[in-house]
Amino acid sequence: MQLFNIRGGVHPDDCKQLAAHQPIETLPLPALLHIPLQQHIGAPASPAVRRGQRVAKGDLIANGQGAISAPVHAPTSGRIVGVGSYPAHHASGLSVPTVTLQPDGEDRWADSIKGVADPFALEPDDIAARVGAAGIVGLGGATFPAAVKLNLRKKYQLHTLVINGAECEPYLTCDDRLMREQADAVIDGIRIMAYALGVTRIIIAIENNKPEAQAAMTVAASQHSNIQIAHLPTRYPMGSEKHLVQALTGQETPARGLTADIGVVVHNPATAFAVHEALRFGYPLVARVVTVSGGAIQQPRNVRVLLGTRVQDLLNYCGGFTVQPTQLLSGGPMMGQPLPSTRVPMVKGSNGVLALTATEVNTQPSMPCIRCGSCIQACPCGLVPLDLAAHTRAGELEGAVKLGLLDCIGCGSCAYVCPSHLPLVQFFNYAKGEMAARGRAKQKQTETKRLIEQRTARIEAIQQAKREAMAARKREADAKKKAAAASASS
Amino acid sequence: MLSAIVSLFILGLTLGGLLGLAARYLKVEGNPLTEQLVALLPGSQCGQCGYPGCGPAAEAMASGTARVTICRPGGRAVAEDLAAVLGVSVDMAGVEEKPLLIAHIHEQLCIGCTKCFKRCPTDAIMGANNMIHSVFTDACIGCEKCFEACPTECIEMRPLTATLQTWYWPKPLALTAG
Repeated sequence: MQLFNIRGGVHPDDCKQLAAHQPIETLPLPALLHIPLQQHIGAPASPAVRRGQRVAKGDLIANGQGAISAPVHAPTSGRIVGVGSYPAHHASGLSVPTVTLQPDGEDRWADSIKGVADPFALEPDDIAARVGAAGIVGLGGATFPAAVKLNLRKKYQLHTLVINGAECEPYLTCDDRLMREQADAVIDGIRIMAYALGVTRIIIAIENNKPEAQAAMTVAASQHSNIQIAHLPTRYPMGSEKHLVQALTGQETPARGLTADIGVVVHNPATAFAVHEALRFGYPLVARVVTVSGGAIQQPRNVRVLLGTRVQDLLNYCGGFTVQPTQLLSGGPMMGQPLPSTRVPMVKGSNGVLALTATEVNTQPSMPCIRCGSCIQACPCGLVPLDLAAHTRAGELEGAVKLGLLDCIGCGSCAYVCPSHLPLVQFFNYAKGEMAARGRAKQKQTETKRLIEQRTARIEAIQQAKREAMAARKREADAKKKAAAASASS
Repeated sequence: MLSAIVSLFILGLTLGGLLGLAARYLKVEGNPLTEQLVALLPGSQCGQCGYPGCGPAAEAMASGTARVTICRPGGRAVAEDLAAVLGVSVDMAGVEEKPLLIAHIHEQLCIGCTKCFKRCPTDAIMGANNMIHSVFTDACIGCEKCFEACPTECIEMRPLTATLQTWYWPKPLALTAG
C-alpha cells in the first residue's frame, strides 16, 4: 500500500537480534506478587480485597474509579498477604498502593470466568464494557484504558483501525514475537475491536525489520479482505501514534488533538491479543509479554509474566547479569525510564526490561551547543530543540511553550543525534512536568478562591439568618408586651 | 452672651461645611493598583506573608515595600501575575524555597473540638462535634490557622509529597556555558 513520508527521525542500531529469535516463554510462578493499583493512566483503582482473603486467578482485586481508570485482577490464585504501599514501577521510586499476593501454586481460574461464543453477536457497547471490566489498557506503554478508546465512536466519525506493530524502539521484540506466535489470536482481537469501533478498514503496520511477523500476519489476515498489512520503513519514531497515522494516511493529527479527530484509532497488537483473550475466554488482563534484553543480560528472552512479578524474579529467570549494568531501563532505550531498583513489580505497561552496559549507554559529558542543527533535522515534530532547550535552561518556559514545547512527543531523537550530548529531551520532560505543575497550581488557586468565596457567603448567610431570628424574637416579645399592656389596661 | 453664641455657631457651621467640602472634593483615592492586586491574591487572609491580610499585603506591594513573592499559598503563579501587574521583574528563586506544608491531623489526639475547622478559610477540614476531624489535602493552603487553634496539638504541618501523577523529572544539571 502507498505510504507517506514523515519528517525527521533517526536510525539507531535496533539490537533486536538479541531477543528476536527467542520464543515466548512463561515465567514460573514467583513466590510473591506485588500488584500495584495504579497501572494505567487515570485514577488509581480502589482495593476490593482484604488481608488474608483467598482469591482465585482472575478475581477482581481492585475496582476502577471514575471515567478513566481500569480494574485490577488477581494474576494467580492464592492468599492476599498485604494491602499497603510498595515501590512503583516508575523512575521516581515513589510508592503506590499495592496488593501483595502469595500464590498457592494451583494457578486456578475463578469459576466465574466465561468467554463469549460469538463476540460479533454482542452489541459494540457490550464489547467495550467487557474490555473495560477485563482491565485492559494500551499495552504499547501508554496504558490508556482500552475501553475508553473503543467508545470513541460515540464522539468521532471513525473509519480506520490501525494496529501499531511498528515496535520502533530498539531491543524490544515482544510485539514481534506475539504477532509471529499468536497471529490468529491477534487478528481475532483486531477484528473484535474493529467491530466494537464500527470501522471496516483495518491496517496492520509492521516495520520492515520484522519480516517474519509481517509474513505471519499476512497469512493470518488472508481470509479477511478488509485487513491490509503495511510494510513500514525501519525508522524511529515510526511507532509514535500520530506519525504512524501520518505515514499510513498522509493526514496529520491536529496539534494536541487525537488521531480520532481524523477518524483513526490506533491500538497495539498486544492489546488486540488481550481483547481476544477477554472476549473468547473471559480472561482478564493478568499477564503480558515482556522483552528482557540488553548487553548485560546473560540470556535475553521474551517472557510472559504475571503482573506483579518482581523485576528481580524476571532477571533471575534470564540468568541475571553478565556484568553490572550501567543502566536498568523499563521500556526501550529511547523513551524508556530508569528503574529505581529490581524490587519493583512488572505492570501492564512495561514492555521491556533492559540492562545496558557502559558501551550501550551514552555517558559522555555535555558540551556547549554548536548550533549545528542536527536536532532540527531529527525532530519528527518539526520543532527547534536547541531553541526550546535554551529557553528551558533559562527558566523561560512560556517562551518554550510558544515555540511548541507541548507538541514535543519526547521521543529523544534530538538527544540521540546531538554531537554535544546535550540532555535535550530531558530538558523538555522537565519543562512539560513543570508546566503541568504550574497548571495544577493555577487550578488550585482558582479553587481556593472559590472555596473562600463560598465560605464567606455561607458565614454571611448564617449571620443574616441569626439577625433575622433575633429581630423576629424581638418583634414577638414586643407584641406580647403590647398585648399584655392592652389586656392590663382594659 | 447672645453674640458669642451666634458667632461660635456661625464659626462652627462654616468650618464644618469647609471640612465637608474638603472631604468630598479633596478626597485621596484608594490606590487603584491595590484593588487590582487584591483581586489577584487568594483572599484567604491567612497572614502567612506577615501582613494582617491580603488587603494590607497588596498595599505594601503597591507601595513597593513588599516583594511580589511573599504570598505562599499563591506560589509561583500568583507571584508572576502580581509581577505582571506591577511591571517588575520577579526573582523566582525565593518562591520555591519553602515547600508548601499541608495540615495533617493525628487521629489519636484529635478530640473533635471543631475549633480548627471553624477557622479554616478554605473549608479544608471536615469534622463535627466529638468526631475525629480530617483534612482535604487538595483544598489545604497551608495557612497554619488550624495549627495554632488546636488545643491538643494534634495538627502537624507536613510537606506535600509527590505522587505518580504529580512527580516530574527535575531540571537537568547546569551545563558548561552553552
